Amino acid sequence: MTEPVIQVENLQKSYGAVEALRGVSFAVEQGEVFGLLGPNGAGKTTTVEILEGMRPPDRGVARVCGLEPDSHSERFKERIGAVLQSTALPDKIRVREAIELFANFYPNPADTGDLLRRFQLEEKKNAFYRHLSGGQKQRLALAIALVNRPEVVFMDEPTAGLDPQVRREIYDIIEELKREKKTILLTTHYIEEAERLCDRVAIVDHGRVIAMGTPRELKQRSAGTTRIEVRLARPAADGTLGRLESVASSREFDGSYVLHSTHAPRTIVALVKQLEAESNELQSLEMFSPSLEDVFIELTGRRLRE
Amino acid sequence: MKITWTLTKMRILLAVRNRAFFFFSMVMPMIFLFGAVVLFGRGAQGWVGYILGAILTMTVMGSFWGLSVQLVTFREQGILRRFRLAPVGAGPMLSSSILSNYVLAIPTVVIEMIVCRFAFHMTSWGNLWAIFLLVTFGSAAFSSFGLIVASVTNTMQETQMINNLIWTGFLFLSGATVPLAVFPGWIQRFALFMPATYLATGLEAATTNLAGPSEVFIDVVALALGLLVSFEISRQLFRWEAETKVPARAKLWVLAALVPFLAFGAYANATGTQLMRIQREFKTLQSGSANRMMPRGALPQQ
Repeated sequence: MTEPVIQVENLQKSYGAVEALRGVSFAVEQGEVFGLLGPNGAGKTTTVEILEGMRPPDRGVARVCGLEPDSHSERFKERIGAVLQSTALPDKIRVREAIELFANFYPNPADTGDLLRRFQLEEKKNAFYRHLSGGQKQRLALAIALVNRPEVVFMDEPTAGLDPQVRREIYDIIEELKREKKTILLTTHYIEEAERLCDRVAIVDHGRVIAMGTPRELKQRSAGTTRIEVRLARPAADGTLGRLESVASSREFDGSYVLHSTHAPRTIVALVKQLEAESNELQSLEMFSPSLEDVFIELTGRRLRE
Repeated sequence: MKITWTLTKMRILLAVRNRAFFFFSMVMPMIFLFGAVVLFGRGAQGWVGYILGAILTMTVMGSFWGLSVQLVTFREQGILRRFRLAPVGAGPMLSSSILSNYVLAIPTVVIEMIVCRFAFHMTSWGNLWAIFLLVTFGSAAFSSFGLIVASVTNTMQETQMINNLIWTGFLFLSGATVPLAVFPGWIQRFALFMPATYLATGLEAATTNLAGPSEVFIDVVALALGLLVSFEISRQLFRWEAETKVPARAKLWVLAALVPFLAFGAYANATGTQLMRIQREFKTLQSGSANRMMPRGALPQQ
């Protein structure tokens, strides 16, 4: 059996009194796209930065390609590529120059022209970094991350803050890397991103992995249930919605109610009757098939974006 | 070495694209040069050589600001984080600052000398070997001092403030502006503990009295030792991330950079040779037998 490309065991890290990681463990196999899904402050970035060698763990084991992450080790750095959550390049560096600059740091770099074509940056090759849009900057960050033909690519929130169109472009690029069998560790708080791109996902909250598996496996936790989100004119009486027919669980978020129902039509009929009885009104009702968001809500009682 | 050179090229490229850099490194020294010659050199034989020495000192000391400030900006903007993920160490990053500062200072130095020689009729180039050694080691040493400041300060504001303080001391107490010989004895003795003094008096000796490498040997060695010590300290204190703050006690390391100059200051004070040279040069300057230049049309009547 081959050793996992990324191995993390009982990783712990504190910043003063704040425990960022409280024993995170997972393993990523060769060619796998592995996602760390969780809200802001869950510990995703800390995990990735430890794996990139940018900060040491307090306790636990982290190994990438059989090596301990070390920001001083050339051998380690030559095998990884990374897209950081917050990074920048000098304002007055041109796109082509930036790729060539980083290419010069490695013994066997990818061809700059190929990277420009692949990341649709040819037209912008002579543009200064400061003149690039958010999406172009991110495509350049991806091109630089791949300039050394890395075995493992770390992507920390690669689409955060980008508009949906650009986000989809980045998804296409990551899917292409997936087809090339690159091992990718991706952090995100976008459900869609994790479901679409990741072979396996670890849901992280408060510095702990609270669930792990393929998106399908995780969603089976909510199998057979439909998420019904309703907004009412007045708050419902305590616990009444949870007692409606076929409702497995109910929670309130910012004035709307999320019900998980094993038989949605029956729940809706019961809901309408209940509202009539309470002289309450339905303002909106939406139904969703189960997603990783539901798994997160079930496990934590909170939404991912809270 | 390849990485250092790659970074050096990048930093030179970024500097020449920066209008502020062009103004401060090229235009401002020329304004100083023309202003100083018009104010102090007109009709005063030999003073242009002295003024050239002072202006060269300011140009070379400018390395103190130069790319060290850029390094702090890079750190604050998160640019250094990206380099940290590549096989780039603190050594190449800092060496590239020193090298690019040096390369960028050379054209200004050359233009200043050409202007003095041909526009202000300085009678000789000065001792070029001595000038070369002092400019080379001076630029590298002052870049290293700047890198220490960049390493121990947490924000650009802090960097600018400390740089201003040190720069003012260097400028006015080293002989780079007011000749050291006109100061009271105790200030002259104190000035011997400052790195800028070795650069200023060395360059002024080389441009005014054609002092050769052997005569500025102590100045060159002091700057070279200052460079070695400062570079190692800045390498030890180097930080890639803005969020990694420097502990207060680490700032004491800055004092270690002064050790070579404390030693040389003590030595120069004990022997008195440096002070004698400063006095001798000033007398030569006053007597008018130094490297003479005058603006065209203002030549003295013999």
